[in-house]
Amino acid sequence: MSLIKWLALIPFIGLLGGTYFANKVTPYIFGMPFLLGYCVIWVVITTVIMVIIYKLDPRNKEGDVQ
Amino acid sequence: MNAALIIIFAVMIMSIFLGIRAKKGKDMDLEQWSVGGRGFGTIFVFLLMAGEIYTTFTFLGGSGWAYGKGGPTYYIIGYGCLAYIMSYFLLPKIWKYAKENRLLSQSDFFVSKYKSPYLGILVSLVGVVAMIPYFVLQLKGLGIIVSESSYGTISPTVAIWIGLAVVTIYVMVSGIHGSAWTAVAKDILILVVVLFLGIYLPIHYYGGIQPMFEAVEAAKPGFLALPDSGMSPSWFVTTVLLTALGFYMWPHTFGSIYSAQNEKVFRKNAIFMPIYQLVLLFVFFVGFAAILQVKGLTGADADLALLRLSIQTFDPWVIGVIGAAGILTALVPGSMILMAASTILAKNVYKVIKPDLSDAQVTRTARYLVPVVALIAVFFTFKGGNTLVALLLMGYSLVTQLFPTLVFSLMKNNFVTKAGAFAGIGTGVATVTYITITGKTVGSIFPFLPQAIQDFNVGIIAMIVNLIVLFVVSAVTKSTAVVNTKTEKAL
Repeated sequence: MSLIKWLALIPFIGLLGGTYFANKVTPYIFGMPFLLGYCVIWVVITTVIMVIIYKLDPRNKEGDVQ
Repeated sequence: MNAALIIIFAVMIMSIFLGIRAKKGKDMDLEQWSVGGRGFGTIFVFLLMAGEIYTTFTFLGGSGWAYGKGGPTYYIIGYGCLAYIMSYFLLPKIWKYAKENRLLSQSDFFVSKYKSPYLGILVSLVGVVAMIPYFVLQLKGLGIIVSESSYGTISPTVAIWIGLAVVTIYVMVSGIHGSAWTAVAKDILILVVVLFLGIYLPIHYYGGIQPMFEAVEAAKPGFLALPDSGMSPSWFVTTVLLTALGFYMWPHTFGSIYSAQNEKVFRKNAIFMPIYQLVLLFVFFVGFAAILQVKGLTGADADLALLRLSIQTFDPWVIGVIGAAGILTALVPGSMILMAASTILAKNVYKVIKPDLSDAQVTRTARYLVPVVALIAVFFTFKGGNTLVALLLMGYSLVTQLFPTLVFSLMKNNFVTKAGAFAGIGTGVATVTYITITGKTVGSIFPFLPQAIQDFNVGIIAMIVNLIVLFVVSAVTKSTAVVNTKTEKAL
């Protein structure tokens, strides 16, 4: 877990650092302006990363939610 | 009475009904009332927190920004995403500590961690000052939605009074249980409305989403990206970061953390929240669709983009459904704010001044403060004028100043002392106030810096001042603090 959780930093780098390079309208991504599509891709990557972190986090094995 | 009005009133009555019914079978002490007896599962907590993204500000403001500002709007997607990542690590810690110490408000957290009821008063005042304009914004949005979607038959003033009466009643009766149940209705309705509008309008007017963006790009080249100065990439990055830090610092959001049943709820939500906020994309699409269809909305009127475009496109009953969804986006956050403000004023301000109050008296005070806070908000809604705009801009920056003190307090060896916490928050808040009132930007304070740095969100300055003061004062007072923690017991 301890190493895996550093994955969570990746979206920060991508969304914050990448904006300087992604700031353009074309090409369109999923029909959206490039910058907006770029943000959306990072939201999806974030979700994937959070799933990985969740699955590998031993604290989520104990107890049930509902 | 037209179809739109009937639907709007039906939804208002339903939310009163849901709100009051939520109380059933619960003994309403302060713990039940303000944090739902810490019994909410994943779905309720999810909806209460999602309530934070779908406020009237995002509903009207998100589409309004897309219409009026273009590219900079995307920041809304960015900050939520980063805030949810942090929530995975921060929220379980906050929840656990709150449960172990039976905390009921955000201020309680600072009081308990820093062993200082007076820090609690400072945090409470910062929170209330930030929340009132936020609430006023919801009320103004509600007024706009009802008057527009009733085709002008109900004035904004009347709408605001009715909306306020609805929230006040169900908050007084059911507290957070009422908010949770209305949140269910709200999210279902808003999801349907937003997806429908965001898909239908671009197809109807442009033949698709990409054709719409192409048309906008042809008419206003570069509008769909960030400008080179002003709201440039530097502005974007710093704003996303600061807003993400401030996200959970609102007293009502912080309070809803306590309502969870267990800490796993937050880790699970951290997976779904980022993807769920993509619904906002469809709100943006509506705003972009309006650019070439609804001409001439400038300044604050840009917020009318969604409603105006809908009115010129649909039959009254559709407008009624949109209006009803819009009203719920105002009522849910509004109810959370009313409750959080009343709780902290009763427990963290009044009780500190009059320590001999019993728990039952504090609970009663909190409940009776609900209409008082509501009336104060109404006063500012009708009489606020320009001061209100300044306060609104300040709200988010103000609560963000609580972030460093809070995060350091979660560390095993917190080096921040009580005095450091006071000084850091105090100077941060003072800096925000000064900067907002004088209308300074990073560029006007440091004109010799490169443009990229001049465009930084001005909140960065307050945050840096806050951190420096926090470090210095904590280092200086370290030795005295050790003595203090031994001799004092908070609460």
